[in-house]
Amino acid sequence: MIEVRDLHKKFAKNRVLQGVELSIPKGGIFAVLGPNGSGKTTLIKSILGMVIPNKGTIEVFEQNIKNNAAYRNQINYLPQIANFPSNLKVKELIRMIKDLRKDSADEKELIALFKLEPFLNKKLGNLSGGTKQKVNLVLTFMFDSPLIILDEPTTGLDPIALLHLKELINKEKNKGKTIMITSHIMSFVEDVSDEIVFLLEGVIYFKGTIQALKEKTQQKDFEHAIATILTDNHA
Amino acid sequence: MLKILKYSFFDLIRSRWSYVYFAFYLLLGFVLLFLNNDLSKAIITLMNVIIMLVPLIGTIFGVMYFYNSKEFTELLLAQPLKRTSIFVGQYLGVALSLALSLVLGLGIPFVLYGLFTSAIIWNFTLLLITGVFLTFIFTALAFNIALSNENKIKGFGYAILLWLFLAVIYDGIFLISLIIFQDYPLDKLSLGMSMLNPIDLSRILILLKLDISALLGYTGAIFKKFFGSNFGVIISFLMLSIWVILPILRIVFKSKKKDF
Repeated sequence: MIEVRDLHKKFAKNRVLQGVELSIPKGGIFAVLGPNGSGKTTLIKSILGMVIPNKGTIEVFEQNIKNNAAYRNQINYLPQIANFPSNLKVKELIRMIKDLRKDSADEKELIALFKLEPFLNKKLGNLSGGTKQKVNLVLTFMFDSPLIILDEPTTGLDPIALLHLKELINKEKNKGKTIMITSHIMSFVEDVSDEIVFLLEGVIYFKGTIQALKEKTQQKDFEHAIATILTDNHA
Repeated sequence: MLKILKYSFFDLIRSRWSYVYFAFYLLLGFVLLFLNNDLSKAIITLMNVIIMLVPLIGTIFGVMYFYNSKEFTELLLAQPLKRTSIFVGQYLGVALSLALSLVLGLGIPFVLYGLFTSAIIWNFTLLLITGVFLTFIFTALAFNIALSNENKIKGFGYAILLWLFLAVIYDGIFLISLIIFQDYPLDKLSLGMSMLNPIDLSRILILLKLDISALLGYTGAIFKKFFGSNFGVIISFLMLSIWVILPILRIVFKSKKKDF
């Protein structure tokens, strides 16, 4: 579904990605992990075509994404920081995105799930961070696309919304969709993901199941396994 | 692209600043027309205001809108939309809403004054057309500056400098060069130099239509000969169009390579 080959990207002198090779098959939940600044968001944004790589190719749905916009019609993307045009109302934003995508969307159920009805006529600039993130989630999940990319989906969510989010992710997975997630909340990653991709210093350091990672690092729990990778590599 | 244009346009015409801008022109138009008996003097005053203010507002609004809509842009970039249509759509949204404020703001008082029966309608139309051109030119330049500068403060700085250069400094250099080279024939040079600056070009286009070019002396006569002819007018509008098209092309080119 996603084929990344020899991906390089640098911002000024900072070499963020240094030859990433990644192949994501169809179906399942993949967590992209790594310390701050390891290039998770850059990788995701490259796949979305928002960041233009210096070198390497990316194929999504067997098409090269260079100078291509149409493939994004089949991707739902949740940006890391929920920043929206502040003088737009929630209702208008949802209508606008639907209008731009020309897809059929089912937002009613999601709005009810996250209890957003009282906010529909409020301006986005007046919403709290968590509410904005809920709107962000509605915008992401309202379309029926085979690939879903979530960049830090848990930011600012209360425990109930977090539960709903997990349910949503599992529901989409059961429909046979591919989901890519980045997160720093290890318990969340452990709960939802089938496989993890560990980015370190601009390359993929590890790719496999959580079980495999535990064996590799000889640790019993996931959080310690991650910590072991980090300390070993910085020591 | 049309959808982006639509959303940017409606976003802007709902914003307070568009109303302030519109109200300013409305007020200016009414004050100048109803407190001034001489219509062509009113037009000259308007010209002086438009020539300075339209580029300034276009530049500032363009830069401000670009930086403020960063989130909106990022949201759009994740949608199945071409980059060209996102940025050109936003640009047209800003330029059109500013142009609308200008045309309506000045047009309403003039229509109420009974403009259609007056002979000055052509001068007034020319004034509005050049005003619209200047809006499109400076908004496009502002978008270029904002696209090339991540840093807001730097972007604003460059935008103001650009305006200052074209509106004030360029004229200074122009005058100094005329004084230094006064022993040489300067008609070609001054014609060329005024062609290269959209603000100067607009000013001369309007002034020459107002039959006060006699005040400009010999060079004025040459200008009159050039700009008074159909050929000169066509060339001038061609130059103004190039000033719009080149920056738009750079917006297209730059936006394709930018990271978000």
